[in-house]
Amino acid sequence: MSIDTQPAPQPTTRDRGPVAVHRRLPKFAPPGLFLAGVALGAALSALTGFSIATAIVYGVVLGTLAVYIASRSVEGRRKATDRLVTSLVTTAFAIAMVPLVSLIYTVLDKGLPRFDSAFFTNSMFRVVGEGGGAYHAILGTVIITLLTTLISVPIGLMTAIYLVEYGTGRLKQAITFFVDVMTGIPSIVAGLFAFALFTLLFGNDVRLGVMGAVALSVLMIPVVVRSCEEVLKLVPNELREASYALGVSKWRTVVKVVLPTAIAGLGTGITLSVARVIGETAPLLVTVGLITGTNLNPFDGRMATLPVFAFYQLTQPGTATQAFIDRAWTAALVLIILVMALNVVARLISRFFAPKTSR
Amino acid sequence: MAKRIDVSDLDIYYGNFKAVEGVNISIEPRSITALIGPSGCGKSTFLRSLNRMHEVIPGARVEGKVVIDGQDLYGADVDPVDVRRQIGMVFQRPNPFPTMSIYDNVVAGVRLNGGKMRKSELDDLVERSLRGANLWTEVKDRLNRPGSGLSGGQQQRLCIARAIAVEPEVLLMDEPCSALDPISTLAIEDLMTDLKEQFTIVIVTHNMQQAARVSESTGFFNLNGVGQPGRLIEFNPTEKIFSNPDQKATEDYISGRFG
Repeated sequence: MSIDTQPAPQPTTRDRGPVAVHRRLPKFAPPGLFLAGVALGAALSALTGFSIATAIVYGVVLGTLAVYIASRSVEGRRKATDRLVTSLVTTAFAIAMVPLVSLIYTVLDKGLPRFDSAFFTNSMFRVVGEGGGAYHAILGTVIITLLTTLISVPIGLMTAIYLVEYGTGRLKQAITFFVDVMTGIPSIVAGLFAFALFTLLFGNDVRLGVMGAVALSVLMIPVVVRSCEEVLKLVPNELREASYALGVSKWRTVVKVVLPTAIAGLGTGITLSVARVIGETAPLLVTVGLITGTNLNPFDGRMATLPVFAFYQLTQPGTATQAFIDRAWTAALVLIILVMALNVVARLISRFFAPKTSR
Repeated sequence: MAKRIDVSDLDIYYGNFKAVEGVNISIEPRSITALIGPSGCGKSTFLRSLNRMHEVIPGARVEGKVVIDGQDLYGADVDPVDVRRQIGMVFQRPNPFPTMSIYDNVVAGVRLNGGKMRKSELDDLVERSLRGANLWTEVKDRLNRPGSGLSGGQQQRLCIARAIAVEPEVLLMDEPCSALDPISTLAIEDLMTDLKEQFTIVIVTHNMQQAARVSESTGFFNLNGVGQPGRLIEFNPTEKIFSNPDQKATEDYISGRFG
């Protein structure tokens, strides 16, 4: 191969300057080629009887191929592989987003018609057809979730503190193991556990809000333990040692140094574990049941909750079927909004409580 | 305030592993004692055993005697928390509490121990400690800013201020300058020279010039091989260690023939 005297525009194996100059596709070319491929795919799909699914599949495959081939012939193998993998990763991301977007769209579409003030101010008391609302179910969900948090957070947080700060040897291993096992408990089992426990204590046919809180706690405690444990482990050991070296006792170090340092992570973890149990249906179905009226006392009789409310609206519609189905969708929408709000709260907590490093 | 430390036949273990063996040393009050030696020879381990920080590590234990002004630190009725209140420590990496302001970091020793002080007393304590650590003029206008916003050298001096705010008898320093630039190092060395008027200071350092500059006495630690316990090879006045050491190993180490 002859040696070029001019600066080589093409990559060659011998004549490499200090910085090899590669030919690049113009910036608009890859997206343009991809779109061309998509168009071709759509056309191909139209040939075999058009459907949106085949059009997208053909289009993405052809678009990716078009970009790869163009890049391979102009830019070389390494860059082409880079573009191919970029396309694959982007496609995987798009596929992962499909159910989420579709779900949110569907819930908004079907839930918005009844997303009105009546829904938030009325219960289902003496409602058999249209109208009515989930006032009782929203409050029930809030009360039972608060109660669950009240039970789970102290137990879970203290377990995590024990595991990270105090636990050693067999006992620590055993607790870690059982927490892992508990994380995998099917929610209906937690419900049946609370059901059996309260039946033993108070006899047959007992239905209380607090039963639901106990059942949900069985699900929430391991999640709280796990997330708090991870966060506490992140607190640098140097801070504990700094505190010990000042003659501070261990429990004061935990309370005044470790917990404040980790507060952002702990708040985030706990909020996310609340979000994890707020939509549980099965355990509440067997423990709390459902009523049409408003019961705000978790220690006295059945209560309504959003997931169970949605379940019964859907499975046991009364005379006006569509009204019941609409309410079910709106209940689902409210539940999603609650979970999203909790996630936002978690983010705010981690932003505002994180240790400040700015000058 | 400063106190004398007598160590006799000290063995230090991590579980079954003997990390340091047979240390006998007498540390004079109101002086700076430097500990030098190659990595892994047990100088830091020994330093941490002087205020019972060693036993914070699971499985770590100590045999032998550490006596401070007649009181055995490892006596059966001695609470390690009380020991650490008397013997302060500064660590290799500056570790101010990230959740606290500069002010709160300095008074952390008082506040975390549940001590109640009036605001004016706390203000005095903060100013006294920060002046003592040569940091007052640099931070007096931003006492309520987070301590982690300071530079590395300032953070380390903040940690020293925090350590001297609880008015310990002894100050242990575990390579306090190894993460700092030469100028910050100089500031800390000057500070140590001031502090030895009040405190007994023991410093672990990898920097032999530093040991030669600041200390009155120097101890040389070494180990015979990997997996063997570290030993105190020689303990003598710094001048003697650096000019005419008793042991061949010390001379080899100082002149750079090994380690």
